[in-house]
Amino acid sequence: MTPENANVFIGKLGDILEKAIDTPLGYAINWGRIWSLWPVHIETACCSVEFGAASSPRYDVERFGIIEAFGSLRQCDLIVVQGTITRKMAPRLRLVYDQMPEPKYVIAMGACAITGGLYFDSYNVLPGIDGILPVDVYVPGCPPRPETLIQGCILLQEKIKRMKARKFV
Amino acid sequence: MTNEFLPPGLALQKADERIMTLNVGPQHPGSGHMRIIVQIDGDYIVACDPDPGYVHRGEEKMAEYRNYITNIPHLERPVIHDSCNVLYPYVLGVEDLLGIEVPERAKYVRVICSELNRCIYTMYWLAIYGIFLGHSTMFMWPAGDRELLIDLMEKISGARVTHAHFVPGGVRNDLPPNFEEVCLRQVNYFEKRIREYAAVFYDNPILISRTQDTGVLSREDAIRLGVTGSVLRASGVDYDLRKKEPYDVYEELDVHSNVMKEGDSYARSKIPWLDMLESCNIIKQALEKMPKSGSVRVKLKPNPKGKGLNSVYKRVESGRGSLGCHIVSDGKVEPYRLKLSVGSFRNLIALPYLLKGEKLGNMPSVYWSLNYWPVEADR
Amino acid sequence: MSANTEQVSIEEKPAEEKPAAKPVAKPAAKPVAKPAAKPVAKPAAKSVELPAFEKNISDKIVEKFGDKIVVSFVKENRVGINVDKENVHDVARFIRDELNYDHVESVSGVDYPKDKEIEVVYHIGSYSDPSLASQLIVLATRAEREENPIPGKDATKLPTLRDIFYSVEFHEREVFEMFGVYFTGHPDNRRLLLPEDWADLPPLRKDFAIKGR
Repeated sequence: MTPENANVFIGKLGDILEKAIDTPLGYAINWGRIWSLWPVHIETACCSVEFGAASSPRYDVERFGIIEAFGSLRQCDLIVVQGTITRKMAPRLRLVYDQMPEPKYVIAMGACAITGGLYFDSYNVLPGIDGILPVDVYVPGCPPRPETLIQGCILLQEKIKRMKARKFV
Repeated sequence: MTNEFLPPGLALQKADERIMTLNVGPQHPGSGHMRIIVQIDGDYIVACDPDPGYVHRGEEKMAEYRNYITNIPHLERPVIHDSCNVLYPYVLGVEDLLGIEVPERAKYVRVICSELNRCIYTMYWLAIYGIFLGHSTMFMWPAGDRELLIDLMEKISGARVTHAHFVPGGVRNDLPPNFEEVCLRQVNYFEKRIREYAAVFYDNPILISRTQDTGVLSREDAIRLGVTGSVLRASGVDYDLRKKEPYDVYEELDVHSNVMKEGDSYARSKIPWLDMLESCNIIKQALEKMPKSGSVRVKLKPNPKGKGLNSVYKRVESGRGSLGCHIVSDGKVEPYRLKLSVGSFRNLIALPYLLKGEKLGNMPSVYWSLNYWPVEADR
Repeated sequence: MSANTEQVSIEEKPAEEKPAAKPVAKPAAKPVAKPAAKPVAKPAAKSVELPAFEKNISDKIVEKFGDKIVVSFVKENRVGINVDKENVHDVARFIRDELNYDHVESVSGVDYPKDKEIEVVYHIGSYSDPSLASQLIVLATRAEREENPIPGKDATKLPTLRDIFYSVEFHEREVFEMFGVYFTGHPDNRRLLLPEDWADLPPLRKDFAIKGR
């Protein structure tokens, strides 16, 4: 076997291994991630009221595998930006995001988090959080109803299902 | 920039063997949207410095660029779950500036909406108070029961929390058909339901041992610090604006204000609950006395203007206490200056005072018993 | 100070028109009061319609301070008093000690670029005296306004009322950052609501324009 052939063989072997092991394994890993999304306990503005209502008995977001807000950053993988981000909060929000372990997902909840919303002309409000965080799902509304938030979470789960489980293959 | 103008977190702290500085918030289960900088000696708090402003959105500046009607939606955002009450002083003030007389039925509708919103706000507050004390049942029960009243408000205004229902000149829409019966039924059930909270929460020995005699605010200090609402009434000062300075139709209703003498966290947490029972009572009275038909809104001219350089200060009793609105008008379509004097901001001054000498573990219960909603305080 | 008194007289006009219509508060009475010729009919309306209790309070203050203060309006439940910054301390002390007012509800700044002044309005109420429960004294004082403000280091200064009314502490901090009015004698003139790196004008001044407007 020449060295060129060996390279081709190893490359093929990598493909085969990825197909045979990584895809099912990735599916299993993603399945695990979907049903255990833990949001960070960080409220940024008034949408936190509807976020609280989403974990109330009537809407009960826990049945979709998303537990109510959690205190420790090191165990969280979802950050729901609940409304307006002011210039004072923005560095703190980024700091919180940076401290979370990979993989991590971002939901922008409410018009203020998407574009600045009602506060588009305020001197102290960021025009949307895209500038500081990579957003996965946008949930519109001012404030969004809990049903809308739950739909956003389900969309995120759909998205995670199609993501690669590992970044470096 | 000198050290004098630096925010507390960035100013240099003196390193000390005994005193440790802790930042509680803005990402912390026991803080909400604010930061509390506490210095602790072992388990005891020696100094505390609240650092609000994480939700400062410049509402007062924005109000100067919008006319009297388009100011309504953004002015209710500081407290979206108490949105009727937070608009109330603004609407009263604009009516005073423009010289509008509101129809009788609209006044009753306002009172009903305002009391329903007070309950919705207080239930959310109580749910968070339950979480702060690690009492999960007390999150689930109020968070579920408040949906009953949210349903009622949704019937009236069409939105879950942000109603924008009060407008200068009355309310936006009349009540839906059959509202009185549905409202009476829901409120009766709600009242029966919240009476059960006493057994699970207020008579709970664990809660009592955690909150009684913590964070005691004496009557003299409550007056000196100028706190308001449930904090003030828990310290034995009988001051409720619905009785002392009745607005709209509160004069004709029998309002009882709840007062407790203790001034500790327990009293401060019990007063809002008693207020909810009183609110149910007021709603029932208002439903009975309300004129069965009639106009609910005076049509305004487009772009109404205030008369000359004039100022007005109106206040109402909101879920968090007295809520004032100071409007200065200079005869244009926009207010010249609008200032919201909110209960949360006034109660914040008591926090450093109450936490001094308290154990760190008591911080969440003392902090949240101040009936503080950070978004409102920051405006 | 001449500019100050001029401004006061402008303020008086609409404010005094109010009590004429206010205590009646019936829709029928309103149209009558409105078309009355604005500058002429006022002195007559003032002497007739002022609410008695509020008038009594304002008389007590006028009796004590005389020319140093100007009663800007007397409405139902509200007494407005304008005072120079030199005398605001004494007036506030009198209001607390003699008139039984004990806390400040709200401190709002109002910027008047045309007069080159910034007005600070204290709404003072009372918890301990039941007869004053619905009353508020609206104490207004004015500070010099600088075109290019350096907050804390220019002439925009007022004496603090914190040693008289403890409850103004956070309110005055807010006015300092929003208008640049430095309160001399305030122990804690730090920033409260704005971000730490705020280097612009104080945002509630009229010359601070928000984007897109």
